[in-house]
Amino acid sequence: MSRQSNRTTDSKKMNSELFTLTYGALVTQLCKDYENDEEVNKQLDKMGYNIGVRLIEDFLARSSVGRCQDFRETADVIAKVAFKMYLGVTPSVTNWSPAGDEFSLILENNPLADFVELPDNHSTLVYSNLLCGALRGALEMVQMAVDVKFAQDTLRGDGVTEIRMKFIKRIEENLPAGDE
Amino acid sequence: MDTRFTRGKSTILERALTRPKTEVSLSTFALLFSEMVQYCQSRVYSVSELQTRLSEMGQSVGASMLDVLVLREKNGKRETKVLNMLLFIKVNVWRSLFGKEADKLEQANDDDKTYYIIEKDPLINTYISVPKENSSLNCAAFTAGIVEAILTHSGFPAKVTAHWHKGTTLMIKFNEAVIVRDKALDGR
Repeated sequence: MSRQSNRTTDSKKMNSELFTLTYGALVTQLCKDYENDEEVNKQLDKMGYNIGVRLIEDFLARSSVGRCQDFRETADVIAKVAFKMYLGVTPSVTNWSPAGDEFSLILENNPLADFVELPDNHSTLVYSNLLCGALRGALEMVQMAVDVKFAQDTLRGDGVTEIRMKFIKRIEENLPAGDE
Repeated sequence: MDTRFTRGKSTILERALTRPKTEVSLSTFALLFSEMVQYCQSRVYSVSELQTRLSEMGQSVGASMLDVLVLREKNGKRETKVLNMLLFIKVNVWRSLFGKEADKLEQANDDDKTYYIIEKDPLINTYISVPKENSSLNCAAFTAGIVEAILTHSGFPAKVTAHWHKGTTLMIKFNEAVIVRDKALDGR
């Protein structure tokens, strides 16, 4: 968080309603194309992953955030810089596990799920699963393997929307054979 | 009855229709849209099928936006004339969705059913480069879908398609009946 410059504000903005509805159109299409919710969840995760892998570069370029010292700093950067920059919301970071390898992001507003109500026949759909994939993909590109999933979701009647993130391991750089 | 109508836990219906403008980063949208296009592409065989799919997704967006836009921008007043309807799209719809008016609105010289909305650099296409082998692909087919839904659900059934011409041109072809009705209204 310490080396943040004001370049953060440079990125272009757009109306979040168009974004929300576009995402809605995509999920609707996936629900039509796939047989069951699990398949849709998987597809959303995959798309999110692809987004995360590309988004991290944009993030590093714009935010001038340096390497994080520990997982706590990573959590703060994700919540206060990344979410703010890309989705215009700042989730709170809570529920740290005693070992400090697991925490929750609590979202008061989830821009992906604005205007959404889940019909009864999609009770196992994780509507915003794209977010999990994006977080996983982005962190993988900075050598962190994490497990991300929705612990609670207001769409399913929970009081808050909670994303649970667990640190698995640091990914070692494996240089291709023959490279120094 | 579907329980979502009766369980009463949803607060959606109680929220104000006018609300402070919220924004997300254009990068977020661009990457999401790119995934959408790639996904659609993986399930079709031709450029025109791909454009149809994008247009269908746009239609679902347009249909959801129409009522709230009419309410916010026009106090609930609906347009009845073709030209006013097109101006509503060029000015109000465009400003709400893309933050600016559309560059141009034109009518075809030789056909009173056909209109064009011309946008030099549409927001949707900001970060999209079209591969040579599919040079006719214009992802603004998504925007065309939005416009088509807004027109159709307002009682002006039309077909809207996206083309590469002076930037991006959305070609609006109204149903014959729409133009006949408009002329009859003029006569009164």
